[in-house]
Amino acid sequence: MSKAAIAALVERFPDAVYDAYEGVGGDDCAFVRKDRILEVCRFLKDDPKLQMNLSPYVTAVDYLGQDPRFEVVYNLVSTRTNQRVRLRVKVPEADCRLPSVTSVWRGVDWFERYCLDMYGIHFDGHPDPRRLLMYDEFVGHPLRKDYPLKARQPLVPERRVDDIFRGPGPAGRD
Amino acid sequence: MASELDVVPAITTRRDEAQGFLEGLVSKGLGWARKYSLFQYPFVTACCGMEYMTVASARYDVDRFGAALPRFSPRQADLLMVVGTVNVKQGPILRRVYEQMADPKWVIAFGVCASSGGFYDNYATVQGIDRIVPVDVYIPGCPPRPEQVLDGIMLLQKKIQDQGHRLIDRKPLPVVGEAAASRQE
Amino acid sequence: MDRETPHGLAGEDTRETPGSAGAGLPAPVLGKERTARPASELDAPLPSKRMVVNLGPSHPAMHGVTRAVVELDGEIITDMKLDIGFLHRGFEKSCENVTWTQCFPYTDRLNYVSSIMNNVGFALAVEKLCRLDVPERASYLRVITSEIHRICDHLTLVGAMGMELGAMTVFLYSIEARDMLWDRLAELCGARLTSNYARIGGVARDVPDGWIEKTTRTLDRVTALRDEIDGLLTRNRIFLDRTRGTGVVGREEAIELGFTGPCLRASGEPWDLRKAAPYLVYDRFEFDIPVGSNGDNLDRYLMRIEEMRQSDAILRQAFAQMGPGEIIVKDFRYALPPKPLVYGTIEGAMAHFKLVMEGIKVPAGEAYGYTEAANGELGFYVVSDGGGRPYKLGLRAPGWPMLAAIPHMSKGHLLSDLIPTYDSINMIGGEVEQ
Repeated sequence: MSKAAIAALVERFPDAVYDAYEGVGGDDCAFVRKDRILEVCRFLKDDPKLQMNLSPYVTAVDYLGQDPRFEVVYNLVSTRTNQRVRLRVKVPEADCRLPSVTSVWRGVDWFERYCLDMYGIHFDGHPDPRRLLMYDEFVGHPLRKDYPLKARQPLVPERRVDDIFRGPGPAGRD
Repeated sequence: MASELDVVPAITTRRDEAQGFLEGLVSKGLGWARKYSLFQYPFVTACCGMEYMTVASARYDVDRFGAALPRFSPRQADLLMVVGTVNVKQGPILRRVYEQMADPKWVIAFGVCASSGGFYDNYATVQGIDRIVPVDVYIPGCPPRPEQVLDGIMLLQKKIQDQGHRLIDRKPLPVVGEAAASRQE
Repeated sequence: MDRETPHGLAGEDTRETPGSAGAGLPAPVLGKERTARPASELDAPLPSKRMVVNLGPSHPAMHGVTRAVVELDGEIITDMKLDIGFLHRGFEKSCENVTWTQCFPYTDRLNYVSSIMNNVGFALAVEKLCRLDVPERASYLRVITSEIHRICDHLTLVGAMGMELGAMTVFLYSIEARDMLWDRLAELCGARLTSNYARIGGVARDVPDGWIEKTTRTLDRVTALRDEIDGLLTRNRIFLDRTRGTGVVGREEAIELGFTGPCLRASGEPWDLRKAAPYLVYDRFEFDIPVGSNGDNLDRYLMRIEEMRQSDAILRQAFAQMGPGEIIVKDFRYALPPKPLVYGTIEGAMAHFKLVMEGIKVPAGEAYGYTEAANGELGFYVVSDGGGRPYKLGLRAPGWPMLAAIPHMSKGHLLSDLIPTYDSINMIGGEVEQ
């Protein structure tokens, strides 16, 4: 669907973009080195043949057990040329920082804050780097695979509720 | 107010009997007045809010139960309807709104997320608002049908009618703030 | 209004008129000290300072739970900060711990006014990863239910917008119309609101007898109510004064901020995924994409009304075109076998057991599935490790970029302009806070 986009990208940044492949359903994807992601995004937005003008959907995946552990995924779309590109950036746990692309599109602001809140991935140059969904007293990053599902950190001391039978099973008292 | 029912004593004196009869009349009157003039504070958070909008609208009218007018200030409301999921970040706000309401006050847990956390048994959701505030009526359902909600309101009205009231209320005044948080409600 | 020369109610220049506030003084400049002392105390202008107001999480106009901290200079918003997370229910983490089919109720509760669109979006993303082809009747049923829920979403928005600007009648009419549609959907799916209708490979159940005729009559009544709402609001002086020219977002700005859906089209960019990248059977219908010009609240409201008309047209065409057929793919690795086979044959029982206990085995990989939900581009980024549970289920909530842009849209404008702006972007708490 967007072979031209990936081909142009590989041609322009042969050292930053590697492993371009065609994913399931015709998606065109490529891996990008994390320190070059800002240049690549700027090129994709400004190039007149590609014009990835709509602010992308940025999310992160935690591949626990692999090194590098995290992967930040950018799903770009162009409303003018009707093309889609996916960029994947591998981020190691030890150096969990990458440059922010808010200078290219203002709309990725909250998506990057979400990655910080949920996975602990920092974005250098972000105008407002604070937690998005969790409260400030929360310790940890919930969507990491090593964060337990039911580990609540209550803000208000909870009352004893004795007359409700919770039953056996993992629900229990917590 | 949540569970203040009078215990019937085993031996009654004539004075107690007369006082009990008078208190019974007053209770019936107060119960009748309070149950047909509920001012709700709709603490709406999530999907159950859609069913709340339906219950408050023309077809499943909650106005005929006297509970039509939502008061968006806790000082002016007596029924706290917690509609939808309350998560850990929202917990202190719910507690604060509850403490700001004046007695007599009742709490309805609308929906299964407010009653027991629903199927969100994870790091973010309080497993039922009865862990934060005392609840009078639980209305399960995800979201509950409007008829279920009206049934819940009728159940609350029955409970209000049956509540006992002393002629002189010797309950200590509630203390708001950190002392209240540690005290058993 | 010209802020350089202050004017009184009759248009007089208040600096010239003796006795009015500011008489004899140079024009006030915000943030600067006054250089001349006034002659008498009565002529001195009133001091003002910035006020910080917390539009708290439990607030009637905040559509659920969002906290907005606004800094006000009089009635003008000078700065605004949004705090969300008061409805974060851990959707993504919960979905990682249940099977693929058990994710459907979680997706229902994302955009809870148009639940089926979330179901369909998720099913499409997973089917993309599984490389499954959905039978035609199932596609038609998905389109029909999606469009009905799109109409419900727009009705809710129009009703809420009317109510918050004071038109309570409009709210009652739109809730009545929505109720009528929900009755039809309850006959089809079993639930009014959180329908849980789509499955991987098709839909859950077929339409009951006579449902299409009933729904056509319901659509006629909904059309009548919608026209009445249109007549009450669209040329109403108060509504126009409050929504025209407020919350303006330009075309390039909207694209850069990440707007999609009706809000983007109201700003002038004709981008609709049903036309640009048609999915399901949308390429077989004839419908138009309304595009606005100003990008203000009135345009966004008019978009919703017009899109309801187009959805109505799509529905009628779909009813005419839908033919008989299967409603779910006939592959026992993805769809539950019919009950006689489950009870009768050993393969049926085994397939049923594996699907229920372990979940559908989606091949390992990743895919991004996108649909045009009522609010914009709803995207699901699905990562599978080959097992019966999702490894990662990322959600692109359509309302997110619009909500993030609210401070940008409101700075420098009146506090009362915040209300129609907040209404018209259709922020639904469930999808914004996942």
